[in-house]
Amino acid sequence: MSTLGRLIDAPFEALQRRLGAARMPYVFVAPNLLVFGIFVAAPMILNVWYAVTGGTQLMPAERPFVGASNFGELLDCDQFGVIASCRQDRFWRAVANTAWFVPFQVIGLVAVSLVTALILNRRMAWRGFFRAVFFYPVLLSPVVVALIWKWVLQPDGVLNALIVAGGGARVPFLLDPSWAFSWTVVISIWAHMGFYTLILLAGLQAIPADLYEAAEMDGTPHARVFWRITLPLLMPNMVVVLVLGLIRAVQSFDEIFVLTGGGPGTATQYIVQYIYETAFANQTHILGLAAAASILVGGVLMVLTMLQLAATAWSKR
Amino acid sequence: MKTLFRRAALAGVAAFLPAFAQAATDVRIMWYSDGNEGEVARDLLNRFEAANPDIKVVLDNVPYKMIMETLPQLVSSGQAPDMARVTDLGGQADQYLDIGPLVKDRAYWEKNYATTLPWLRPAGNTTGIFGVMTGITTTMPIVNETLFQQAGIPLPGPKATWQEWAVAAKAVAQKTGVAIPIAIDRSGHRVSGPAISMGAKYFDGENPALVDDGLKTMTKLIYDWHRDGTMSKQIWGSVGGTAYRGANEEFANGQVVLYFSGVWQFPQFAKTIGDAFDWHGVPNPCGPAACSGMPGGAALVGYKSSKHPAEVARVMDYMASEPVMAEYLARTLFLSPHAGIAAKGVAYDAKTPQLKKSLEAAQANLLALSPTAFRLQGYLRNRIMFNALIVRLNQAIAGEMSLDEAWTRMTSDVADGMKAAGVR
Repeated sequence: MSTLGRLIDAPFEALQRRLGAARMPYVFVAPNLLVFGIFVAAPMILNVWYAVTGGTQLMPAERPFVGASNFGELLDCDQFGVIASCRQDRFWRAVANTAWFVPFQVIGLVAVSLVTALILNRRMAWRGFFRAVFFYPVLLSPVVVALIWKWVLQPDGVLNALIVAGGGARVPFLLDPSWAFSWTVVISIWAHMGFYTLILLAGLQAIPADLYEAAEMDGTPHARVFWRITLPLLMPNMVVVLVLGLIRAVQSFDEIFVLTGGGPGTATQYIVQYIYETAFANQTHILGLAAAASILVGGVLMVLTMLQLAATAWSKR
Repeated sequence: MKTLFRRAALAGVAAFLPAFAQAATDVRIMWYSDGNEGEVARDLLNRFEAANPDIKVVLDNVPYKMIMETLPQLVSSGQAPDMARVTDLGGQADQYLDIGPLVKDRAYWEKNYATTLPWLRPAGNTTGIFGVMTGITTTMPIVNETLFQQAGIPLPGPKATWQEWAVAAKAVAQKTGVAIPIAIDRSGHRVSGPAISMGAKYFDGENPALVDDGLKTMTKLIYDWHRDGTMSKQIWGSVGGTAYRGANEEFANGQVVLYFSGVWQFPQFAKTIGDAFDWHGVPNPCGPAACSGMPGGAALVGYKSSKHPAEVARVMDYMASEPVMAEYLARTLFLSPHAGIAAKGVAYDAKTPQLKKSLEAAQANLLALSPTAFRLQGYLRNRIMFNALIVRLNQAIAGEMSLDEAWTRMTSDVADGMKAAGVR
């Protein structure tokens, strides 16, 4: 054993003699649990406390208990489905925007990532280079992503310059609600697809090559190979991509906030921006309302994820 | 041997004692700049440090966003810096340090800063000294006169109404092919001056009351201007929520005929535009009630949580002293919060005719500000009204709701915000 190994072993051997072998696993997971506890579990518990307390005080002990009134305020609508009738109409607008954004973004993301992974899995020149290119946006800071696209999409941006040079009229890409919404979907897919492509690529490479060889010998059409071999064997990875993509889509905030600030109007204001603005950006920091909104979103996410996992398990039967 | 060692150790400690005795107290200031204020403040504070070797002033230059969003969190959690330069004057006034008992000459403060001291006082306090304004600002229009000359259209006169300015600016834009006739900063504070000119009162007795006929008139004008192209959606439409959006880049690029912002834009326009075109500030457009903008400005405040209140007061005394404040104002081109300096006139370091003309217009605009504007600026919870105004008006402009609905929502937003803030 090397000197370094002995140095590391010594304190652990001493600890094991003191605690016993059965307790040693707890020693090894303790640092991770500590980090998890401080940065994940404690804020979650704190969030629940904020959700059931009122006022604008930051310190938990100074906040008066109000029970479920923050939830009541969020859900207070004269007529569900009519946003204008809700007391917190901006919350419901954000919910509605998110409910539109998520399916478009997730389906688009999975489709684009799958096609890209299928292409990058083929034997082709410069394959390594292209894999790096598609992964590159993932490495960029969300703020950088937003600024790049702002330069492209603003009224005197690159895209409009090309349109005008081609004889067309400027398009209000970020000023028209429909355009702005569509671009947030596109940019979000562009920024994150590299990561999901990588997951799917790993899945594709794990599919045994002899299955494809057998299909080729049988003269199976490409489409049938895809539907009968590739897709079923890729399904575990697809589920991972779907679940992660769904969670990420609901959490969308940073690049969109920098790109549009939620505008025009509230056309691209998604739920996390509502939570952020309610808690931090206004003069009165209504932390209780923001915490209640985040718990509601967390609950919906949990239900969606469980439904997705259940559907996948059911499809395997 | 033992004695020798002990003596050597004592000698070593003694050798370091003077260094400890001389160690300066750090006073940390969180500071933001629109232009060169940080640079000027640092220069002035270097002189303060030279004269006061027992105090070291650490100037943390941060983005404005950090002052607005991070600083309140630090203050609430007891982690505030010793001092900060803030614009939300009343937002956390209950956390400001009352330096009244610590300043050298209380009468000097009360005489020279009488107008602005109340802006920094928490509710119910009528005597405390909680900081010093680092310059007064006023919101006002800045025009691109070259475009008026090119269009052959004269600048509207000093008592011209908002409607007259809108007609003129639109005509200039049409003749010169400029995209934006009028740009107003996307900010509730900026809209409030014109609204007060139209008769908005903002208060019903002692209570905040945002929506009245005056506010409706001005918001309707802004709404209509977005419909008929007098204002471009490029400014207000490109962001949402409470986000601020200025049009300084568009103005500097010659794309705006009239830009309604404030005096803090002058230094950067002098730098970025130079003499590329003739720009300058003009008198505030009028409405039936006034020709008003909004006063404003940033204040240097200390926090209760500071461990060095006496040192904070000394720094504050220095920054508020007449020669220092006069030099600061002259170099940063802000209007004077100091009555004595205002009476004598600030010897501005204005190198261009545009700057000189703009500062003259700003001084005149400051004198013409409506008392309602001063009251609103001094109101602790004014940002609740500003935010409600901007968010809902923007939604109406974006077509998400009618103006009537927007006004109703403004009223309920203010009521909710006041309730959350504990204002009855």
